[in-house]
Amino acid sequence: MERRSLTATILVHLAALLLLVVILAPVVWLFIMSISSTPDLIAKPLHWWPDTVDLSRYGVLLSSVANSAGEAFVASLFNSIKVAGMATVAALFVAVPSAWAVSRTPSVGWSLYAVIATYMLPPVALAVPLYMTLAWAGLLNNVFGLALVYLTILAPFTTWLMKSGFDSIPREIESAATMDGARLDQILRLITLPLAAPVMATAALFAFLLAWDEFFYALLFTSDQRAKTLTVAIADLAGGRVSDYGLIATAGVLAALPPLLVGLFMQRALIAGLTSGGVKG
Amino acid sequence: MTSTWITTRAWLLMLPLLIVMVAIIGWPLVDTVRLSFTDAKLVGTEGSFVGIDNYVKILSGSNFQRTLITTFWFAVLSVSAEMVIGVLAALLLNQQFYGRSILRALMILPWALPTVVNATLWRLIYNPEYGALNAMLMQFGLIDAYRSWLGEPGTALASLIVADCWKNFPLVALIALAALQAVPRDITAASMVDGAGAWSRFRFVIMPYLAGPLMVALVLRTIEAFKVFDIIWVMTRGGPANSTRTLSILVYQEAFSFQRAGSGASLALIVTLLVTVLAVAYAALIRKSAGAS
Repeated sequence: MERRSLTATILVHLAALLLLVVILAPVVWLFIMSISSTPDLIAKPLHWWPDTVDLSRYGVLLSSVANSAGEAFVASLFNSIKVAGMATVAALFVAVPSAWAVSRTPSVGWSLYAVIATYMLPPVALAVPLYMTLAWAGLLNNVFGLALVYLTILAPFTTWLMKSGFDSIPREIESAATMDGARLDQILRLITLPLAAPVMATAALFAFLLAWDEFFYALLFTSDQRAKTLTVAIADLAGGRVSDYGLIATAGVLAALPPLLVGLFMQRALIAGLTSGGVKG
Repeated sequence: MTSTWITTRAWLLMLPLLIVMVAIIGWPLVDTVRLSFTDAKLVGTEGSFVGIDNYVKILSGSNFQRTLITTFWFAVLSVSAEMVIGVLAALLLNQQFYGRSILRALMILPWALPTVVNATLWRLIYNPEYGALNAMLMQFGLIDAYRSWLGEPGTALASLIVADCWKNFPLVALIALAALQAVPRDITAASMVDGAGAWSRFRFVIMPYLAGPLMVALVLRTIEAFKVFDIIWVMTRGGPANSTRTLSILVYQEAFSFQRAGSGASLALIVTLLVTVLAVAYAALIRKSAGAS
């Protein structure tokens, strides 16, 4: 380690402190807003720390009393889980066999680039025909319809991640099993897929978060509690007539909790993914 | 096993993916092209063939030109700020200090925060009556009256860029940090023995390691910024006075608010074309820089 002067050490610590504040302040403020009483939030000068901690909004949002803010929020929470879950399972179902095929058969590799290229497409390029088709099929404002549309994002993405996952499993293991007389389905089931399980879990997690985050298609293709996802529900709250800022903040905290926890605990896997360029910006 | 069989087997395994991709990406894209030459409405009329009318109208209209410029500024300013701040943060995180591993771990927070939650959070921070930014600037004596950061055309775009930058610079920082950790210790040590100053060490010793990963980050971020919709929709819906209206917002308004599917489709294709040009140009750039280093 290079030697630093005392001044340099102090400067580095000050800069680190500044970075810490920049990163943490907005997130912490979101949380403080969610537990502050409304008088504290609209006080001038603003109360940066609430006089009394008010957790009631969490109760309000997570209650399922008919026609309450909670009912709409809980419904959108379940819709998000359903849509993201279904889209993730479907994406893995189509991505895993193709990723393995591309990884083991370089001559069809070019098709992977075609698949990845679609990931760059702006969603607006597909939105109008998708809307018309969903309307025709009666799948507007429907969790299945939305999950199907999410495959446009998740399928290319998971194929890409799984392909690099299979690339890191030596094919010699598979050839050895072939020589011992194992059939392809046995090899995949007993050897390759178990070895690829960690990559598959990472891909599933990423895909789920990507769907959890999605807003554009959800805004277009859902209209009420039957299919509205969390992101749309929060945008409604933020843009609507709700004047309880704490309630908006609480909804934000609840929606952010799953990805934040995943982010903190999966740090290593996430960064490995980020640096291989395999993640949305 | 013959190689024909292996290739056939590969295609068979890829069949489910290919069917899905054709059905929900390929076909809609083709249909967007068809629609772009019609005056179809979103609901009801099929529309009739109008040739390149939609394109002519869009390209000669002031709405499109103004929106293109807004999108350009949003993309250029937010991405360059993210790159500069991201690299500076990475250089810092590569130094020794107390709590370094905690700070590195926390960098993931803004990235993990859902985009809509981020937009909502900053909308609250910028709130003209009760927002934290106004309160803080007032308490420090930097402003003498509360301002409507998102409500005035002069500050709305800049405020959006700050919010976007806060969410995305940590990603650049993490990518750059991973690249910095790959720089061999003895090379930096040797350059110090040779008397290289801090800047020339950065420029000639460290930068070559950073260039590749940063270029990839730049490409992905620029394309994302060009397609931006969520953060703007939630924070300003393109307002005030259309000062923050980007291309994706314009397509949304045309195709869905005004239900003009035909011209909405042409606009969407123009955006797609611009993104494709960006992606291809960047891909060439990356290949060139990869060949050079």
